[in-house]
Amino acid sequence: MIAYSANHPVGDFIRANLPAPLAALANGALSVVVLMVLVVVVAILLVWLERKVCARFQARLGPTRVGPFGLLQPIADSLKLLLKENIKPRAVDTLAYFLAPLLPITGSFLVLAVMPFDHNLQVADPQAGMVYIAAVSGMGILGILIGGWGSNNKYSLLGSMRAGAQLFSYELSMVLCMLLVVMASGTGSLREIVLSQQGTVRDWWIFKLPGAGALAFVLYLISSTAELNRGPLDLSEAESELAGGFHTEYSGMGFSMFFLAEFVNMFASAGLGATFFLGGFLAPQFGIGPLDHILAFIPGFIWFFAKTGALIFMYMWFRWTFPRLRIDHLLSLEWKFLLPVSMANLLLAATLVTLGWILP
Amino acid sequence: MTLSRLFHDTLSMLKGMKVTILYLTRPSRVVTQQYPENRETLKFPERFRGQVVMPHDEKGEHTCTACTLCEKACPNGTISILTTKNIASKRVLGEFIYRFSTCTLCNLCIEACPFDAIRMGHGFEMAAYKRDELDYVLNKKEGR
Repeated sequence: MIAYSANHPVGDFIRANLPAPLAALANGALSVVVLMVLVVVVAILLVWLERKVCARFQARLGPTRVGPFGLLQPIADSLKLLLKENIKPRAVDTLAYFLAPLLPITGSFLVLAVMPFDHNLQVADPQAGMVYIAAVSGMGILGILIGGWGSNNKYSLLGSMRAGAQLFSYELSMVLCMLLVVMASGTGSLREIVLSQQGTVRDWWIFKLPGAGALAFVLYLISSTAELNRGPLDLSEAESELAGGFHTEYSGMGFSMFFLAEFVNMFASAGLGATFFLGGFLAPQFGIGPLDHILAFIPGFIWFFAKTGALIFMYMWFRWTFPRLRIDHLLSLEWKFLLPVSMANLLLAATLVTLGWILP
Repeated sequence: MTLSRLFHDTLSMLKGMKVTILYLTRPSRVVTQQYPENRETLKFPERFRGQVVMPHDEKGEHTCTACTLCEKACPNGTISILTTKNIASKRVLGEFIYRFSTCTLCNLCIEACPFDAIRMGHGFEMAAYKRDELDYVLNKKEGR
């Protein structure tokens, strides 16, 4: 196994040529800029992909007119959103109304900061990375709650209250599934979790814990779909019932911030799924000599984006296949089914880890 | 009980996912037609409703008997049937006047016709500059 450095050459170069405080500042600014570019590019690509994939699931073509294959459509859309007036209804709570759109995108931005894109492409790697993720992903909920309350509109309030109930409950089983991987790998740092899955495909946590890993992965997919506010669990938006839910009153930039956060969140959530269960940036190895060498030659961030893309496709597949749940069904699914099952699964995994029944 | 229901539900969800993935993987099932580009090859569904037309056979004859059932069935007064008399002084169709400008393509006249003398055509791009350009006489000659 080749030992990879956790430091990126560019960062090392800056550290070598600048005094320490300045270098820290420059590296921090650089990583923020890179993440911002990533957020914008990912959001634009995902908007296009969502529309295309959705259209093909429904036997339509999707955007085809703006640019080749409609690739420039999201750019045209975002230009339109930028030029639109930011309407502020008379009865809103001004501070809450304008603060709310900023919070979800901040939350997903902070999650991306600990995301291990490659061996040396990670902005920060705190020891309690998983706890940090559970903490900052709550900011999205906060933004939705504040936005619904500040809009002073009954549909917005209903939507945000639904979102609150839904997200707080589904966060439990999502964190329990992550906890299972943390327990099995013995570390909370995302980079270490990825490195604990080195070896062949069988060493990924989805396969390594017999049964428990795959079950945890399925539970993670379900609960993170709810966490992302995506169909079939998009109760807080529910266009047909609530006229858009928490973002009913938002226009222009406010709306586009919520919209952006939704897509970046999807990327972050799929990335976390890939990191925790599918070996993150590690190339899949099948134990076949020449094939393994070819696969390992492809850089890690490409594998990361490929795995993340596959999970994003799963999310889109769910969204455009299943009808929306009712709110009481949604909550009873979580509290009566997913939570007990994920707790039992955690217990099972703990037993497996203690007995050492992890696949070699 | 619960377990078998869970199994059954999961199976039916997987079935649904199979249906959608088959739509995704088979481009031939896309129903969208890119209209201005494919004007020559445009395909219409069988029941597409354009304007009302009166089919004529190879001898140029139609089957309309001027019974005016379609005129009575029309909620908009779109159809006017002017009758005339043939040499045997029998009442026959003179002119079948169809005003496309007031037609809502509701298909009621077609359903009312007992002789299948009229049907819905597949016409499109029917816009005109004057309203009276949208008044058509559907029969090519008088009835017998």
